[in-house]
Amino acid sequence: MKPVAVHPSAPVAPAPPHPLREFWTYFSANRGALAGLIVVVGVLLIALFAPVLAPHAPELTNSAVFLKPPFWQDGGSLSYPLGTDAIGRDMLSRLMYGARLSLVIGIAVVAVSVLVGTVLGLLSGYFKGIFEIAIMRLMDIILTLPSLLLAIVIVAILGPGLMNAMLAVAVVVLPHYVRITRAAVITEASRDYVTAARMSGASRMRLMFSEILPNCTAPLIVQASLGISTAILDAAALGFLGLGAQPPSPEWGTMLADAREFVLRAWWVVTFPGLAILITVLAFNLLGDGLRDAFDPKLKR
Amino acid sequence: MWRFIFTRFSLIIPTFFGMTLLAFFLIRLVPGDPIETLAGERGIDPIRHAQLLKDYGLDKPVLIQYGIYIGRVLKGDLGKSIITQEPVVREFLTLFPATVELAMCAMLFALLIGIPAGIIAAVKRNSVMDHGLMGVSLTGYSMPIFWWGLLLILLFSVQLGWTPVSGRISVKYFIEPITGFLLIDALLSNEKGAFWSAASHLILPTIVLGTNPLAVIARMTRSAMLEVLGEDYIRTARAKGLSNLRVVALHALRNALIPVVTVIGLQVGVLFTGAILTETIFSWPGVGKWLIEAIGRRDYPVLQGGILLLGLLVMAVNLLVDITYGIINPRIRHQR
Repeated sequence: MKPVAVHPSAPVAPAPPHPLREFWTYFSANRGALAGLIVVVGVLLIALFAPVLAPHAPELTNSAVFLKPPFWQDGGSLSYPLGTDAIGRDMLSRLMYGARLSLVIGIAVVAVSVLVGTVLGLLSGYFKGIFEIAIMRLMDIILTLPSLLLAIVIVAILGPGLMNAMLAVAVVVLPHYVRITRAAVITEASRDYVTAARMSGASRMRLMFSEILPNCTAPLIVQASLGISTAILDAAALGFLGLGAQPPSPEWGTMLADAREFVLRAWWVVTFPGLAILITVLAFNLLGDGLRDAFDPKLKR
Repeated sequence: MWRFIFTRFSLIIPTFFGMTLLAFFLIRLVPGDPIETLAGERGIDPIRHAQLLKDYGLDKPVLIQYGIYIGRVLKGDLGKSIITQEPVVREFLTLFPATVELAMCAMLFALLIGIPAGIIAAVKRNSVMDHGLMGVSLTGYSMPIFWWGLLLILLFSVQLGWTPVSGRISVKYFIEPITGFLLIDALLSNEKGAFWSAASHLILPTIVLGTNPLAVIARMTRSAMLEVLGEDYIRTARAKGLSNLRVVALHALRNALIPVVTVIGLQVGVLFTGAILTETIFSWPGVGKWLIEAIGRRDYPVLQGGILLLGLLVMAVNLLVDITYGIINPRIRHQR
């Protein structure tokens, strides 16, 4: 289609703002959400450029400098800004590489659970009956068990490791996406536009995936953003219990587990990895809250 | 009313069977059979292996094994621990009071701080106070509690020496378990200082375990309160000239607490999850630590029985919350 030329002086009715623009207006008014976004982008950049930014290799041990304090304390030096751990690895470099792991965990877990959850939710909301009952009961069972406990059991059976921990967390968070999608599908399916599409002969697949699904995305995006923080937190907890990523991996929870015995001698090996988890998780939560408010301005007022 | 309770009850039956299925098959997913796992790396000679498989009924078809399992579960028999040879149910019951004591203290802590914080934030909406409280609460919600526990130990136990690092009570006291709740037993025992020892061991774990529920309760109280404060009857109460305190404390709070009660019920599962981490950090002898140790020792009957029991407990609490909610709020009861 050719762009339509509008005469500059012609009176134009004020066009409704583009949905994205309207969204941004609400989102950017929320200072917490903006701060969350900035931190998330920051962590993303650190993760992407970890090999450039990190002063040392994350797994490089230096027996001359174990348990060296951060630079502002006596005995610290700028070549190891946040100190070193018990076998002389640079804390800062490990934290930077750890950001990669945590983001990959968060995004991969959410991607898998959103994908599977959406499909299961769509199917059970669209085809009622025995299928729906079976799926929803299964989701109830998963929700009933304490989430970390179920994840621990899954990992205990599959064997410890980062992949299995991610899989376990993905299973544990799955019910949220199934429920959200199903609820949205049930409300949307009775709308006129769906009836209209069905009247004009749209297939079931088309109805489900290209008519109904796009209208369920807002709650899914919000849940996904909040879900990344849950995934990072749960995977770190598994790492801390020795069931997630295995040493010498610089995963933050695993680093904490390694550092536990040095809590009395070296506060920095315990403090920094936890701080990294807290800041990242907090940023994703702020972002998620901001997204929710921006998608649903009515809720805010 | 009875009809409502009956419906809710019938809903949990499939969940119960689902949970037993889950517990039953989880163990079957472990590579190798349980006897090989039991024997470990030493190996076992084939004849003895076959004999043991027969003894434990592991040579029968899976469906029949499941039937036998269900039959045992319904009789309250969850098998024996491989390591201690004690019945799983008995071990669970010995350790469970420690977890409940910790969880109840944590919940109390969360309520005593969370509800007032939520009310203040709602009443002073959009003030510095509100933003500050909600910021702190979101931080608490995002807190990796295993790290939080280590930090508190670092500060209060190591630096300041105010609280003990781990355990439930100082080793110099021996308290006869009567109720299983050490705080109560210590009071009953007449041993001087035992109560304070137990209480000081409880402080840090309580804070650590209570942090997440505290944040959730504060946020929930705030939003419920805000909703109620916008209602007409509140305006009426204000128009009558009632003091602000009276309006908030008597008129608004009562209705705002209904959703908060539901959230409290839902926090039980969260508390059990947190208890696993908290008990591990503080060497608290409860069911969470027991389960983690069972994983380390590959004690599958304990794992199987433990998750089933915890799952059933959470289910029972959820059911109770549902029914209570139905009693408080007739609209829920009459929903189809």
